[in-house]
Amino acid sequence: MTLAGAMAPGPGPLRRPWLLLWAAALAILVALWLAAAWQPWLTVYPEAWILPLRHWISDAMRWLVKDASFGLFTFKELTRALAWLLDLPLQACLILLSRGFELPLGAGVTVPPLSWLGVLGAMTFAAWRAGGSRLALLVGLCFGYLVVFGQWDSAMVTLSSILVAVPIGVVCGGLLGIQGHRSPAFERAITPVLDLMQTVPVFAYLVPVLFLFGFGPVSAMIATIIYAMPPMVRITMLALRGVDRQVVEFGRMTGCSPRQMLWKVLLPSARHSLMVGVNQVIMLSLNMVIIASMIGAGGLGHDVLTSLRRLAIGDGLEAGIAITVLAISLDRLSQAAANRAPTPVHLRQQQSFVERHALLLGLAGILVGSYLLAFVVPGLRSYPAALTIDTGPLFDDLVEWINVHLFTYLDAVKSALLIHVLIPFKRFLVEAPWPGVALVLGVAGLRIGGPRLALLVAGLAVFIAVTGNWEKAMISVYLCGISVVLAMAIGLPIGILAARSERFHRVAQNVVDTLQTLPSFVYLIPVVMLFQVGDFSAMIAITAYALAPAVRYTDHGIRRVPGEIVEASRMAGCKPGQILRKVQIPLAMPEIMLGVNQTIMMALSMLVITALVGTRDLGQEVYIALTRADIGHGLVAGLCVAFLAIIADRLIGAWAARRKQELGLD
Amino acid sequence: MAFQSAEPGSAEPGTAAPAGVKLTCRGLWKVFGDGARRFLERHGGRPTGAQLAAAGMIGAVRDADLEVHDGEVFVIMGLSGSGKSTIVRCLSRLVEPTAGELLFEGQDLLAASERQLTEIRRHKMGMVFQHFALLPHLSVLGNVAFPLEVQGVDRAAREARALEVIELVGLKGREGYFPRELSGGQQQRVGIARSLAVEPDVWFLDEPFSALDPLIRREMQDEFLRLQRVLHKTIVFITHDFDEAIRLADRIAIMKDGEIVQIGTPEDLVVSPATDYVAEFTRDVSRAKVLSVRSVMDPPAEGEALAGELPAEARVVEVARRVVQAGRPFGVVDRAGRVVGRLGPEAVLEVLAPEETKPGQAAPAGNAAEAAQ
Repeated sequence: MTLAGAMAPGPGPLRRPWLLLWAAALAILVALWLAAAWQPWLTVYPEAWILPLRHWISDAMRWLVKDASFGLFTFKELTRALAWLLDLPLQACLILLSRGFELPLGAGVTVPPLSWLGVLGAMTFAAWRAGGSRLALLVGLCFGYLVVFGQWDSAMVTLSSILVAVPIGVVCGGLLGIQGHRSPAFERAITPVLDLMQTVPVFAYLVPVLFLFGFGPVSAMIATIIYAMPPMVRITMLALRGVDRQVVEFGRMTGCSPRQMLWKVLLPSARHSLMVGVNQVIMLSLNMVIIASMIGAGGLGHDVLTSLRRLAIGDGLEAGIAITVLAISLDRLSQAAANRAPTPVHLRQQQSFVERHALLLGLAGILVGSYLLAFVVPGLRSYPAALTIDTGPLFDDLVEWINVHLFTYLDAVKSALLIHVLIPFKRFLVEAPWPGVALVLGVAGLRIGGPRLALLVAGLAVFIAVTGNWEKAMISVYLCGISVVLAMAIGLPIGILAARSERFHRVAQNVVDTLQTLPSFVYLIPVVMLFQVGDFSAMIAITAYALAPAVRYTDHGIRRVPGEIVEASRMAGCKPGQILRKVQIPLAMPEIMLGVNQTIMMALSMLVITALVGTRDLGQEVYIALTRADIGHGLVAGLCVAFLAIIADRLIGAWAARRKQELGLD
Repeated sequence: MAFQSAEPGSAEPGTAAPAGVKLTCRGLWKVFGDGARRFLERHGGRPTGAQLAAAGMIGAVRDADLEVHDGEVFVIMGLSGSGKSTIVRCLSRLVEPTAGELLFEGQDLLAASERQLTEIRRHKMGMVFQHFALLPHLSVLGNVAFPLEVQGVDRAAREARALEVIELVGLKGREGYFPRELSGGQQQRVGIARSLAVEPDVWFLDEPFSALDPLIRREMQDEFLRLQRVLHKTIVFITHDFDEAIRLADRIAIMKDGEIVQIGTPEDLVVSPATDYVAEFTRDVSRAKVLSVRSVMDPPAEGEALAGELPAEARVVEVARRVVQAGRPFGVVDRAGRVVGRLGPEAVLEVLAPEETKPGQAAPAGNAAEAAQ
């Protein structure tokens, strides 16, 4: 993009020097490439020069766990105490939803958990109160699926950890966000940490969590909270800053104390934006379900993971769908709750006690009623096994049928693409000389954003080389690059169509929303079903996962082009195709590039997960580190993935911001 | 002094006789930019516009002096970017002035601690905002009672008081509505009620009607005048609309590029604009509505047959029809009943339709004639 822009002939005093600089940078790159034939260190970073950062980190962690002490107690005691504290609410939820409680009488007398009918009814009732009959139907069907397909017990284990993780994530994230709003210094300090946390692949911080808190549901929950919290912090800061300036001035003029200002003016005024954060925390927690099961979360995630490892597609799919329906119902429910308008006071005053507390009374009634009823009707306690539907064998048959009948065609497509596109591209990148690539990135940074950006991107690239991850990183770039190109090739036309037709827009919107609620793992299941393991499957899964932002940003960007400009070009006699090519797409370009940026971010986060289907990139390094509990290795490889993301993000972000400013779109 | 005070020789001060001074600012500066205070000191406390621009500073308020009297409606009028919003925020210390002096009821407001300021704001100041700034999660009642809630007034007392002011602004029966259920005009009524709930001594209104449709705006101006007749508040009213300023003000301060260009009664501004900039605003004003009989009368003539007597304080528009129809001059008397001059039909016509009519002036004269009928 930038290359083409700089090469384009055009007036302006700055064009020529830039052209020269670019030419010089590219010439050096080519020269280094050729020189690599007798100077192998240019492409393969020598073992001896590698900075042993990973060992330093591992040693530091070991010291922390073994020897660190605060005087009264050791670091390890602190983490164990924290884990014990978090275990309490989790156990409470598990008793209530899944396990029941064994009375300490010795006779094995247990108080059973809530009946499935009760939970199903309560969720449906809450959905009805929050969003009417359509939402009630959706939530009812979703929870019905869990019952009928025999996923109930696992789902309740998962739901328990979500019920504990989400409030903790929301409160902690909210408090950090409030602190960031109060103190600009704190905000400046926390922003880069948030950036890093959102780009470092989750696997990378599973390792330290595992190290500090051990294997089990609590560590899984802690990892989930760490993963789901950053957006809440960010959204809280944004939401508080976004409160109308005049409302803030009103608060000051009224003489609010800082506390009154926060609790009575700022937070209530920002509550809609804050609910977006809550929704994000819920969705990310669910996204973590499968990954967290790697360090001991049971439930649905565990089911998916084990079936995937056994290549039992049917079972994996059922459990995967169970996570998805859980995600969809919690997503829609929390959105409806956020958008629900409170009953006007003048109506509320006329309501009776029952009407005012209908939600609570209704929920309590359903839960208690069904609980008691379950003592009489055992089928309500645990859903009769005879009535569950098991689609596992069906899918296994389907996979077998595909393997027998379609294998030749699928394999032919796969091989052709591998031989002619994937492998050459991979070789090309792996053979690129790392000093040359860093230089070209630096020049791009200089051109787009100035010297600071240039230093940042070149420095990050060098870090990847110096820590000995260059080759793996290039494989990541190759997989990610091809997938992003594919995703854009599919997403761009869909986005354009969606921008032009209202009906198509609605359909696309719904599909994209649903795609985004799917946990990333779920994408792997059908792909493995069709293409087995390997780079090709990884590419398909990444493309599918990263498609959503490509569609969404294109659609949004074109829709945001001012209507008057489109009308003006129509009046100038442009045909629809001309309007699109000459007006809408150029003006929407900054937004579309932000879509590309998001697509890259999504692709990188998926990349790590595809390590499970046998890629050989940075993701695999992180995954291996996880299985060996090698903290230094995992963190450094994870940081490299984050740095790839940051390089792409900063370059594209700076370009889009500059372009938007030039076009006067902000 | 940064402004030239108009001293029309013939006119006595208008309706706003100088009572006690409520709010004073002298040599007030607000400069935006890094190191603004030091910059001001370096330039002897009064940098020129060129110096400000050269340093990349924005002089939002420059050397402003003004006095707001007890019970008057003091309008600060200026176009966008003139600094009128900043100056009103300086007066309430929502924005910290860079330099100057600020006295509220004789107390140095700039010396007040955060705690004292909070007390002053809670009990003595009220403010109405352009975009209403209502709290979306509270009903009308909750919004109006909010300032009292912040003070810690118990629920029954604050809601009783809130209901009083809600009735005062004509929203009785809508206490339970939420802001989003109300029209713009109604929302601003809530904003007004809310700012009145604490019975402020000084009432700031920052372009309160600018976000409203013209018809509603007119209605709200009438409502405002009605309220002021009942309440006699000391008011600082910000607007960019000169007609609004003329309609509501006892005195007007005109601002341009951060400086106060002129302060005077509407009549002062029309009769003797201090600069071309002020004259440009007053040109399209219907003069008959602004000018008093006193400012256009001739000296009394001996032994003339008079058609009757007119009060010197009356606006020309109020008497024009009678004078023209009578075809004879009227005697003009002051409050004490002394004859101070005469007003003949030719003088009235001169106001309604000036002789050397330029194209631009035809319209307002026509308006005045219409209004007179």
